Amino acid sequence: MVDAVRAYCLLARTWTRAAAQYPASLAMLTLSQLVITGMDAVVILIVFQHTSSYAGFSLPEVMFLYGTSGVSFAIANSTIGTVDQLGQHIRAGTFDAILLRPVPALVQVAADQFSPRRLGKLVQAVVVLWVALATLDVDWTASRIALVPVMIVSGVFIFGAIWVLGATYQFFAVEAAEAMNAATYGGNFVTQYPLSILSRDAIRALTWVIPLAFVNWLPALYILDQPDPLGLPTPVQFASPLVALVLCLIAALVWRAGVRRYRSTGS
Amino acid sequence: MRLYLAVARASVRRHVTYRAAAFAGAFANIVFGLIRAYVLIALFQTKPEIGGYDVAAAVTFCFLTQGLIGPIAVFSGGLPEVAQRFRSGDIALDLYRPADFQGWLLATDLGRAVPDFCYRSIPPLLAGALVFELRLPDSPALWLAVPVTAVLAVVVSFALRYLVMLAATLLHDERGVSSVATILALFFSGIMIPLTLFPAWLRPIAELSPWAATIQVPADIFLGRYHGFALVAVLAGQVIWALALLGLGRVLTARVRRRVVVQGG
Repeated sequence: MVDAVRAYCLLARTWTRAAAQYPASLAMLTLSQLVITGMDAVVILIVFQHTSSYAGFSLPEVMFLYGTSGVSFAIANSTIGTVDQLGQHIRAGTFDAILLRPVPALVQVAADQFSPRRLGKLVQAVVVLWVALATLDVDWTASRIALVPVMIVSGVFIFGAIWVLGATYQFFAVEAAEAMNAATYGGNFVTQYPLSILSRDAIRALTWVIPLAFVNWLPALYILDQPDPLGLPTPVQFASPLVALVLCLIAALVWRAGVRRYRSTGS
Repeated sequence: MRLYLAVARASVRRHVTYRAAAFAGAFANIVFGLIRAYVLIALFQTKPEIGGYDVAAAVTFCFLTQGLIGPIAVFSGGLPEVAQRFRSGDIALDLYRPADFQGWLLATDLGRAVPDFCYRSIPPLLAGALVFELRLPDSPALWLAVPVTAVLAVVVSFALRYLVMLAATLLHDERGVSSVATILALFFSGIMIPLTLFPAWLRPIAELSPWAATIQVPADIFLGRYHGFALVAVLAGQVIWALALLGLGRVLTARVRRRVVVQGG
């Protein structure tokens, strides 16, 4: 594990140095990432131009959901997001080379093309979260304060696991890479909003099938003191770390099964 | 003309091959369509009508626009394949052809859009109709206008992406130029949120922009917001944008032709 982390850091540093060779380009790409991903925040602002209460949530409350989801997603995206390029590696035959090297394949694929430009999203998400925390009308008890970092870290691991699971799917269907955007980018998008806007069945699916509700929705219900549309017991709102752990274990097992099943294209 | 038809046909055949990838893209579009629809439904629960849209129009808008992402190539920035050819030098071949450079690329792009309309526009609409009650065109004239506006939207989008490609070539910076272009296209086309919901001061600017002619205008025509003379007028608006942008592209092509340096060997 320590070796894997060290290898990851080494690869990430190498790619960062490569990207830093073109500082102007890197700065511009980071900025454009910031603006493109920040447009989702503009949409929320436009929505609140027409109403002051959205599905029972105020603007700072929705910004809190947006910020927590965004921070978790941006960290997961920049550290492990390039696993969705797995299909490219398989098609080009470079995955064979990856398997030969004495570094875990997942580490190599995740660190491949690592670029600080993805942190552009992190910057805008942190800003939105900062504003939300400053303007929220919440009784900040110790448990509420403690839950914020817990949910963000859990969210990173939940998003990361979903990314790996989605990428593993490409071992079985190389061309279907884009469908997985629905779970990753779609997962980030849907968790920016109160899940109560969805139908009951959709909320259940996002709680028990693809557990995106544990990224921020369920813990946020506790922090914001909002009613749960599903009426789940309160301990569920603290279960995010457990869910993240289980999901990561599943992702690791599925990834291994995928690698074992992998057959080189041979061309 | 026969030449360009042949080019377009070859392009159709080439892109039909990527059917599985197109359906995978359509799946992602459907999921985003569903989420965006629920986002707007929650908003319309606070007010029954905003900017001329009711909830049925807003929901239909979400699936229409998600379906247009493929054919309009919203996320592509410029023409990445052509920019790549400038970099590799293959562009010399394209510029030597006894065919019009811009016309050749337009035919290719229209050909690309045909399978995209089949595989990426229709599935989101069908999926949306399964879950919600969608607002369909309610007159024969509208059903006739929909394919016309869709093709015009592709032409305007191509003309814009062609300009982006030329700008990238002139400035020797593909990524920067195309990311600025993507930002403008995402924001002003209506793909993020209907332009009708924009604040009053921004809405007229956005609605008159060429990006609106690629997504917002075709969606509004589908939704039956224009009839009679107004319908003809918005279609004419699309034609004007198409001609103006293609014309600008032609002028700039002549300049690029003189400036392009092909590094041989």
